[in-house]
Amino acid sequence: MKKNKDNKSETRRNFLKNSALLGAGALASTAVLSSCSTDVESTGEKVKLLTATGELVEVDPSQIKKVRKEKLSELSERGREGLVGHHWTMVIDLSKCKNARKCMSACQGAHELLPHQHHINVLQMQDTPSTAPYYMPKPCFHCDNPPCTKVCPVNATFKRKDGIVLIDNERCIGCRFCIAACPYSARMFQWFEPDYTEEERNRIYDVELNVPQKKGTITKCLFSADRLRKGKLPYCVSACPNGVYWFGDKMEDSVTNGTSKETRKFSELIKENAGYTYFEDLGTKPQVYYLPPKQRTFDYEPVDKVMKEDHEGEESTHSNAKH
Amino acid sequence: MSDSKEKEMKAQSDGFEQIREDLIRPLHHNTFGNQIYIRVLIFFILMGAIAYGHQLLDGLGLTAMRDYSSWGLYIASFVFWVAVSLIGSLISAILKLLNQNWSSPLSRISELIALGAIAMAAASIVIDMGRPDRVLNIPLHGRIQSPIIWDFLVVNTYLVISIILLYLPLIPDIAILRDRMTDVPKWQKKIYQVLSIGWQGTQEQWRLLKRAIWIMIILILPVAFSIHTVTSWLFATTSRTGWHSTIFGPYFVSGAFVAGSAAVVIAMYVFRKRHKLQDYLADKQFDMMNKLLVLTMLIYLYFNINEYLVPGYRWGRLDGAHIYELFLGHEAPLFWLTQILGLVLPIFLLLFKPMRKPLPSMVISIFVLLAAWTKRVLIVIPTQFHPQFPIQNVPESFMHYIPTWTEILITMATFAGALLIISLLVRIFPVVPIWEIAHEKGYHKIFKAEK
Repeated sequence: MKKNKDNKSETRRNFLKNSALLGAGALASTAVLSSCSTDVESTGEKVKLLTATGELVEVDPSQIKKVRKEKLSELSERGREGLVGHHWTMVIDLSKCKNARKCMSACQGAHELLPHQHHINVLQMQDTPSTAPYYMPKPCFHCDNPPCTKVCPVNATFKRKDGIVLIDNERCIGCRFCIAACPYSARMFQWFEPDYTEEERNRIYDVELNVPQKKGTITKCLFSADRLRKGKLPYCVSACPNGVYWFGDKMEDSVTNGTSKETRKFSELIKENAGYTYFEDLGTKPQVYYLPPKQRTFDYEPVDKVMKEDHEGEESTHSNAKH
Repeated sequence: MSDSKEKEMKAQSDGFEQIREDLIRPLHHNTFGNQIYIRVLIFFILMGAIAYGHQLLDGLGLTAMRDYSSWGLYIASFVFWVAVSLIGSLISAILKLLNQNWSSPLSRISELIALGAIAMAAASIVIDMGRPDRVLNIPLHGRIQSPIIWDFLVVNTYLVISIILLYLPLIPDIAILRDRMTDVPKWQKKIYQVLSIGWQGTQEQWRLLKRAIWIMIILILPVAFSIHTVTSWLFATTSRTGWHSTIFGPYFVSGAFVAGSAAVVIAMYVFRKRHKLQDYLADKQFDMMNKLLVLTMLIYLYFNINEYLVPGYRWGRLDGAHIYELFLGHEAPLFWLTQILGLVLPIFLLLFKPMRKPLPSMVISIFVLLAAWTKRVLIVIPTQFHPQFPIQNVPESFMHYIPTWTEILITMATFAGALLIISLLVRIFPVVPIWEIAHEKGYHKIFKAEK
């Protein structure tokens, strides 16, 4: 019985092998035929290619068809590709945040935002009436299953190979569906024309910095993709005086503290401190982790949660933070 | 030919002529009041256009929308217009397929409303775009994963089908106008000439026409259901409290039939009075139409109870905040006015026959239609003030939504736009289909003889 079964599977294996050979033969013959018909001379050189199934094959360069690609500027092209081989992650230590807000101002300066536009926003939180309040910096969580990129009708917001969720404000049509879809309120909209000089406005757009900002498009935290390209830590991470931020690469399982420059194993840091992400039940797989606000040795001083409106009305508040 | 047969022919011929004259007569009268009315509509559209010009120049910041309530009146209006447009399919397709002959005088009214509404739905969505100059990105870079693309596809499909479904049954009527309306300006004659596409009323033409109409009636059904279901998915596919509901599709579709039926009752009343069509838009039509309205409202009420009672019972962290806001909080006055004056009370009143007479039912329908609009405001806007994280470090104006003049003027212009489309079309085309009525009364023998 067992033998019979073995036999059977043997024959099946043979059959599969044969049919695979047959298929390969058919493919090869059509390839030969097509190469005949296209009159491309074989160069004798071989190019190594990785197939979709993970096999390494050698083919003649003449067999390679150019993939039709969208015409994009060089900055956009590399910006959409990302830094392949990395998976960026951020760890925010809530026990350290003293509401210095240096992260917010550094971020607003770099991305040329208004005082009320927060790629990173330090919130005042209190989980239950009996627990102590704490400060919580909140950037974009660069989810691995981002609800925002899913709903974008024109691929203006997208997830790169290194995990960063970016915005292309030269593509965005301003429908704001991504704002509706984001459960973390990470996105904001340029409701007015940013206050630029003609020269500033006409700068070449850098998708990794999202500058210049454009009226009628979305803006949000980019994990400082431009800084990462230069091998530097993000603006907010470097600006923090209190050691709140750890930033690093999950593929290396290491994160570096922006203040102390200490580097630690990411998995250990999370495990030792009971790190967590927000609203895991939504299935978004955020890539920003939090360490709980425990053993704080400083005072919590509540500040006004509402910004003062400019006396000249809101329209005039769009003087840029960088000025 | 026997005497009795000749008499019958004469009676049929007279009957048909009567119908034809009744329905064509309004096209000859361009009253002073009507001219003023058209100019008022154009005035509102111009005001909206000026406001939109400002919005184009200065940005969507001229509206009350901000980062938290990033969808406002425009999206609420969009949903409203999509909802109203569904009535074309209900009356022209569903009732026709169910052999409800009483509704044939209403088919053109409903198709006109559908066309005006779907055109304004398309306009509203472009008005809401931050970069309308990039509208071509949708076909150029469209991603089929996005519900906006689904909406884009079905809205355009429905617009095309609505135009076809309005036009096809018009062809024999246009041919009648081409032959009868000889005292009209040249451009109008030209329109009849072109649009009647050589209609002579031959048997072959009738066969083709009826077949084409039949195909369109069946085609429009899935598209109509899709368009509003997909519109509801713009909300239901997000993970926001008050939106992420599995019944949003049928909830929206049933609400759409309520809004559309109310719009039809109002339009019936206006045309009955203005065009003196009490023989065609008779009390029977009002009675039946209002019964239909009650039926749709009962279904809608059922979905409303589901939609509010379940999260209200569960009272989760965000559900609770959202429901509290609607039931007892800031939105409570508008919520209860909408639900009581626009749904519960109309259902109750329309159960009584005298209330289904033209005048009272028209008044009730105005409330229903207004409530249909405020209901969509209540669905779209308050939810956005209950995000997962608290709203902090933004100006006061980000925390509530009070529409600005810019968006009020633009929204009013879409109303004027829908009315203008309908009003201009009924200036040159009969608002009640001539041939359908004639067929129904059994005058088709005569009708065929007419060239």
